[in-house]
Formats: sequence, C-alpha cells, structure tokens
Amino acid sequence: MTDISSGRMVRTRADRIPGRALDRRPTRLTPAKLPPGVRLLGPAIILIVWETSSRLGILSPSTLAAPSTAVKTGYEMVVDGSLLPHLAASAARAYSGLMLGVVVGVVLALLSGLTRTGEALIDGLVQIKRAIPTLALIPLVIIWLGIGEAMKVFLIFTAVLIPVYINTHAALRGIDIGHVELARTLGLTRAEFIRHVALPGALPGFFVSLRLAVALCWTALVVLELVNTQTGIGYLMNRARDWGQTDIIVVGIMIYALLGLLSDALVRLIEARALSYRRALGS
Amino acid sequence: MNAHVKNAVVLRDLSRSFKGKTVLDRISLDIPAGQFVALLGESGSGKTTLLRALAGLDDDAETKGHYSTPESVSVLFQDSRLLPWKTVIGNVTLGLRRADGVAAAHDMLKDVGIGDKTDVWPSTLSGGQKQRASLARSLLREPDLLLADEPFGALDALTRMKMQALLMRLVERQRPTIILVTHDVDEALLLSDRVLVLKDGSIIEDHSVSLPHPRHEHHAELFSLRSKLLKSLGVEAHTI
Repeated sequence: MTDISSGRMVRTRADRIPGRALDRRPTRLTPAKLPPGVRLLGPAIILIVWETSSRLGILSPSTLAAPSTAVKTGYEMVVDGSLLPHLAASAARAYSGLMLGVVVGVVLALLSGLTRTGEALIDGLVQIKRAIPTLALIPLVIIWLGIGEAMKVFLIFTAVLIPVYINTHAALRGIDIGHVELARTLGLTRAEFIRHVALPGALPGFFVSLRLAVALCWTALVVLELVNTQTGIGYLMNRARDWGQTDIIVVGIMIYALLGLLSDALVRLIEARALSYRRALGS
Repeated sequence: MNAHVKNAVVLRDLSRSFKGKTVLDRISLDIPAGQFVALLGESGSGKTTLLRALAGLDDDAETKGHYSTPESVSVLFQDSRLLPWKTVIGNVTLGLRRADGVAAAHDMLKDVGIGDKTDVWPSTLSGGQKQRASLARSLLREPDLLLADEPFGALDALTRMKMQALLMRLVERQRPTIILVTHDVDEALLLSDRVLVLKDGSIIEDHSVSLPHPRHEHHAELFSLRSKLLKSLGVEAHTI
C-alpha cells in the first residue's frame, strides 16, 4: 500500500516540473583543480612587477637588484668559477647533515615505535629536544665542536632529526590495528611483521618527514653559514651585504629557492615510485 | 553426525568482559570436527567477541573459564584486510609456511576465480574480488578451524550468493570446522549444519540443520526454523 502511493507521488512531482532535475546542478563547494603550470602565475606576477619597478627606477639597485641583473650576475659567477665551490660547500654541509639526521631519526623512530624500552628511553628526550630551538644550541655546540664544519653538520643533523623522528614514529604508532590483527592470525613472526606490515605501513609518514627534512636542512644552513665561514652560499650573501651587492644576495636567495624546489620534487618522485600502490586506481 | 567424532572446539564457562562490562557470560559449547556452525545474534550480543576470543585476539579483555581450539586456525574478516602495499599473490602468501606456497597460491586464486589478478594491487579489486582473495588466503593455510566474521556482510546480494556457493564448494574439499558469524538468517540456514543464537553473551538457542546441500530456502523445515530464529532475534516474521 505504501509502495504504490509513494510511487505515484514521485511520478506526479516529476510531471509537474519537467526537466528541472536535469538542469539543476548542486553548488560546487570546492575549487576546481588547477591546470598544470597555472600555479606559477603568482610568482610570475611578482617577477614582472619587480623587474618593471627596477627598470623604471622605482627600485634602486642598492635596495634590491633587478631579477634580470641577478640572473646575469649568477651566470657570470658560474662562468668565472666563483659560485660552484661555494655551492658545493653548502650542499656538502646540508646533505651530510640531512643524511645523518634521516638515518638516525629513522633508527630512533624504529626503536621507539616498535619497542617499549625504546619508547621509554628515546621519546621523552626527542620531545625535549623538539622544544629547544636549534639556534639556542649554537653557543654550546661551538664550545664542543669549534666553529668548523663539524659544528655546522651537527646542528643541521639535530634540526633534521626531529621531524624525521616525529613523523616516522607517529606513522609506526598509528599503524592500522586491523593489519596488526591480521598479522597475528596469520602467525607472522615479529621480524616478518616489522618487514611486511609495520615498515611499509609507516612509509607514507616517513616520506612526509623526508620532505620536511629536506626543506629544513637548507633553512638551518643559511643561519649557520653566517658563523665564521669562508665558503658557502650564506658566506657569499653575507660578504655581498658588506659591499652592498644586492644582486649577489638575490642570486643566493634564488639558489636556495631552486635547491628547495628541486629537492622537494626529487623526494616526491621517489615517494611516487615507492608508494605506487596508492595510485593504482587513479591511473 | 558421528558420535565418535572428536570435538574441534570446546568452551567451558567462557566469560569475557571489557572494563567491567560482561560481553560473554559463561558460555559452554562443544563443536565436533568438521561441523559448520552459524552464530546468529543481534548487534552487541557478543558473537564477534566470541569469534575473536577463539582467534586469540582481544588480549585486553578479562577472560574467565577456558576454551580449546585446533592448532591451525584461520580468520576471515568482514573487511578483507589485504595489505594495500602487497600484490594479491603477496597478500595471499604472507606468512604462509608451505614449501609449495606460491604454486598452491596460484591454484587457489584460480579456484576462487581471480587467477588473472595475482599481480595487481588490492585497491584495484572490487569488494567481491577482495573477499575472494581473502578467502584464498585463509583456505591456503588448510586450517582445521575457519573463523568467519560476517565475511559477506559488506557485499551486494548477488555477489554474496556467489561467494556463499564458492565457500561451500571449497570447504567441501578441506572439511574444516567452521564458525560463521552472521546477522543473515537465510545465510545461516543455507550454509550451516547447526545454528546458534547468542543473546546478551549467552547461547539461547541451538538448532541442528540436517538437510543435504545444495539447499533451497523455501524448504519447509528451513522455513519454520527461519520464523523461529527471526523471532528470537527480535523480528516478528509475519511483519515482513
């Protein structure tokens, strides 16, 4: 009885407003996806405004060099060989610190995420370290390690360690309880569980931490290269400040931006390969 | 059923409570080897808890009494629980201790009808295919006891019927003892040798269903049992 009456109701309603249901679309609540490259619109506008102001004399070279001047200066520095040694010195510091930080961060996260003793010993320490700004450690580390490379690499290492540990540890702790139960009912050994379930499950969290770490190693480096160095991009920029060469400062900023973007793209590429199972439906 | 058949599952006054709330209340039960038992009950009646107790899960519960299960137990979960980062064959052979593991897995995947899906990621499978993979993973271990927690509950009606038939065909060969938790009275009647109804953590009904397979759901014996079961589950049959 109810079936028939409700069926009739639906039909009359549809008859009364023919075609309406097809015309009416639900409101779009989220922005549509951007076509590739359009994301660069904002930076492009800034560059154009910047360049135009410089050419028109609104922006004096002693305040800020034009982007074209900076690109030219950068090119000349590459050609006369005065840039690459500094770049190499910076990269060596940043990436040795990064490597150490990632390796130690992952090892600590594994010990802490997979064993109770590990968590008891490690987690509190890392949380305390997290609360201390890296820069606050500089005076002490200078006393311990001097003002040479060891100090710089060590400080980058401690800065990178934190996000790697935090994210990897959280990923290990947040493992799907359903997968743990499955592993138990399948009778996996602890080693098999770690290898086949825990580690692959924590991989997405690890990649998040890796992207943070890659950005962080360069950020930490800029500050550290202000402390007694004769090499590095930070040193170049500092010296340029003394001589008022804003074009070299802009070159330095551009290099940092490029390195940051390239490193991030590289990590994303590795991530996409390692986590290819996630794209399976989209492709 | 042969009176001399050994009991595969024995429960004696098994109680389980979580933080003081009793979920299983002194359950005693004998299940002969090879019997297919369906466990019915309303939500919260304790049927899943009972199954999980037999699977050795839920360590945080306070347990009294005792139970015994065979050495080789396999669990079929409602969500197929395939690891997304392993291919189908990788999932099916995970933790498998058989010398002929991979070859047997290929045969089993063919048997469950997804022989062409061995090397794909689980995310590309449909719900029914995932459950087929999950069934292959369980049966490949040739368990003496198969614990199934509403394995077809999330599937559409047509897929569910196909999966029920597949399950019956496959367990015909291995003859494991099976405990199937379900909320579907028809599923229980079509598949099992014995139907238990759980309420508030106790077994309130225990029926044996001795009709041969394949069964027809309109069979008179099933029909009268169906009304009785629905009634004990709180549904008056004549209202449907």
